[in-house]
Amino acid sequence: MEFGPYLMLAMLEGAVLAAVLALMASGLSLTFGVMRVVNVAHGEFYMLGAVIAWFVAHLVGGGAALSFVAAAIIAPLAVGVLAAAADITILKRIDYDPERTIVATIGLLYVIQQVTLMTYGPDARPVEPPFNSRIALPWIEWGEGGPSLYFPWGLSTTSYKLFVIGAAAVLILAIRLFMTRSRAGLIMRATQLDSDMATAFGIPVERVYAAVFGLGAALAALAGVLIVPIQQAHYLMGGDALLLSFIVVIIGGLGSMAGTIVAAVLIGMSDGIISVFFSPTLAKIIATLLVALVLVFRPQGLFGTRDR
Amino acid sequence: MTKSTDHPVSTSRRTALKTLGAVGAAATLPLWSRYAQAQTSEPIRIGFQKHATGIGAAYGRWYERTTDAAVAKINAEGGINGRMVELVTEDDGTDPKRGAEVLEKFANQSKCDVAFGTLYSHVVIGSAPRAAELKLPYFVVSEGHHVASGILNRWTVQPGITDVKSQVQAMAPFVSKTLGKKVTMIYPDFAFGYDHRDNFSAAMKAQGGEVLEMIAVPPTETSFTKYFPKIPRDTEVLYHVMVGPAVLTFVKELGEFFGPNRPELFGFIDSLEAVDMASPGLEFLEGTYFWEGMPRYLQPDTPDYVKTYRDAVGIDANGASVNDAKDVSTAAHMFGCWETLHVIKAGMEASGYVGPKDRQKLIEAVEAMSVMPAGLAHPQGGKLFNGKTHQVFGPQYISQVENGKLVVKHTAAITDTLYADEVDYTAQSF
Repeated sequence: MEFGPYLMLAMLEGAVLAAVLALMASGLSLTFGVMRVVNVAHGEFYMLGAVIAWFVAHLVGGGAALSFVAAAIIAPLAVGVLAAAADITILKRIDYDPERTIVATIGLLYVIQQVTLMTYGPDARPVEPPFNSRIALPWIEWGEGGPSLYFPWGLSTTSYKLFVIGAAAVLILAIRLFMTRSRAGLIMRATQLDSDMATAFGIPVERVYAAVFGLGAALAALAGVLIVPIQQAHYLMGGDALLLSFIVVIIGGLGSMAGTIVAAVLIGMSDGIISVFFSPTLAKIIATLLVALVLVFRPQGLFGTRDR
Repeated sequence: MTKSTDHPVSTSRRTALKTLGAVGAAATLPLWSRYAQAQTSEPIRIGFQKHATGIGAAYGRWYERTTDAAVAKINAEGGINGRMVELVTEDDGTDPKRGAEVLEKFANQSKCDVAFGTLYSHVVIGSAPRAAELKLPYFVVSEGHHVASGILNRWTVQPGITDVKSQVQAMAPFVSKTLGKKVTMIYPDFAFGYDHRDNFSAAMKAQGGEVLEMIAVPPTETSFTKYFPKIPRDTEVLYHVMVGPAVLTFVKELGEFFGPNRPELFGFIDSLEAVDMASPGLEFLEGTYFWEGMPRYLQPDTPDYVKTYRDAVGIDANGASVNDAKDVSTAAHMFGCWETLHVIKAGMEASGYVGPKDRQKLIEAVEAMSVMPAGLAHPQGGKLFNGKTHQVFGPQYISQVENGKLVVKHTAAITDTLYADEVDYTAQSF
């Protein structure tokens, strides 16, 4: 394949990864920003989203489109409620102590993973996309008679992949508006800035924490629902996703939403391009190296602010 | 205890001594009673290393069903040397480290006579050295070339399924004559994939064809479109052999990449074992070719012993479970469990196997085997066992997808699968 179309294909693939990653990592970033909780079970919420999408597709019936819409509503709700319950029953009891929350969420990770293995089983199962048509993409060639369009072999994407990119962009914009324009967002930001002061002003900080933990998990679940028609639902799928989310959040700056988005695009696109032109292993090596460099030279991340 | 206070001390001591003697005798009872019966009724224990979880889980599920069916058949026919066969199943998590631990458990804890059943090459390669240390006969159903290549040891045998080198070599004549001479290969980036890469490219060269590009994909990969641009434009045949949880994605994305004008496709059914051919996205495979170790779909000319085997395992005409049409079997591999258990039976009977001290005799008896005729003990077809390389050779099937079903188009004979010995395990010490 020629360089131009090849690069375009690589960027399209990278954009899909970046979109899903941005959605998932913003959940992780939100939880850390507001609660200062490093949620190691975040990848499992993503996996649960995908697995619930499969269950919904099989129980609802009535066509792929209907079950996809149902899954996109049910999965984030269910996972959000589960996460909020985990917050109230576990994280609150250990006073959100940083070390103990890490251990607690590791425990949560294994519980969720093993329960999924026991109920859903060890197989990877496909979910049909609501719509999926192959779109061949044209490329401009500078011939003797001026520019002309042609369709290179293999340069194509699917309508669903484009939808994933669009949907993730819309959702992230919605979170941004929610955080900056709504009253609930204001309360969350107040809690993030100074939880003691927020309590003094009558904000029910514990309920805010439960809501934020649920919201973060719901975003991961939504990312899972979006990705499952492209990949498949599998009980171990949370591991890689968690690692990439951590990379994104560390590079972007823990707790910084804008940094998370920029880092997700950076990591997603570079992963797509490097793995197409060189090797996927090299892409992972570079991403991890970037994390190390960021931690050494700019520990607060590209967009993070130093602790007060 | 309250009694002793009412009686003189001497009586108490005597009673105590009596009791002690009785207890001592009772304690020895199970030992000698077991000794008396050991030759006759103690079951033969076969440790089944099962991929119950991890990437091999679908295989594990069907390997277990086939194994259970074979054990039930063998026991119904009077067992091995008149003794019943008892399976001890342990999950190895499709993980080499766990695999070695499971073998240890078989040998030391559950007192198994032999270990059996592993498929994934990394688990076999990780477990086999432990089998040799434990001096535990290890019958693998892995199809990897690692047994015959000589990297394992005298205690590891593969008598129930042909290895990848043979399979691949037997495919090359058909691919080059029927599909095309310029091939691009896509394979997983670990031992199993390398077996395909090395052997198929050599076999194609021998047939006058060439391999244009070899694309290795990490086994944990979840999206594949980024690899496809590496496929050269003048590729006539795309040879694919992906495994793991993401194979459906692989095929789907392949279809999306090529659209209406694809090259010829030749794949190994390993990619789609346990996957319903009617799954969304697989329409793209219509008209393409697959290697099958044993036909998944009931073919029109199927012999009766194959039908008996399929009924015993519990698969319908489409190769799915008789209880659940969506639960598709791993038909191209699981027959190996059935056949291996029959080889263990034959080996134990030929060597007069009694207990673990006869393990060496069992290996020697299996090494002495050669021709295995087709029949209920070998439903996949007649086989030839090479005692020196510990590897069996059998017929191979090439099927085409027609209306969403696999129809056998060509059967490669055993002679197509043979190659020069690379090791002589019989020259190694136990």
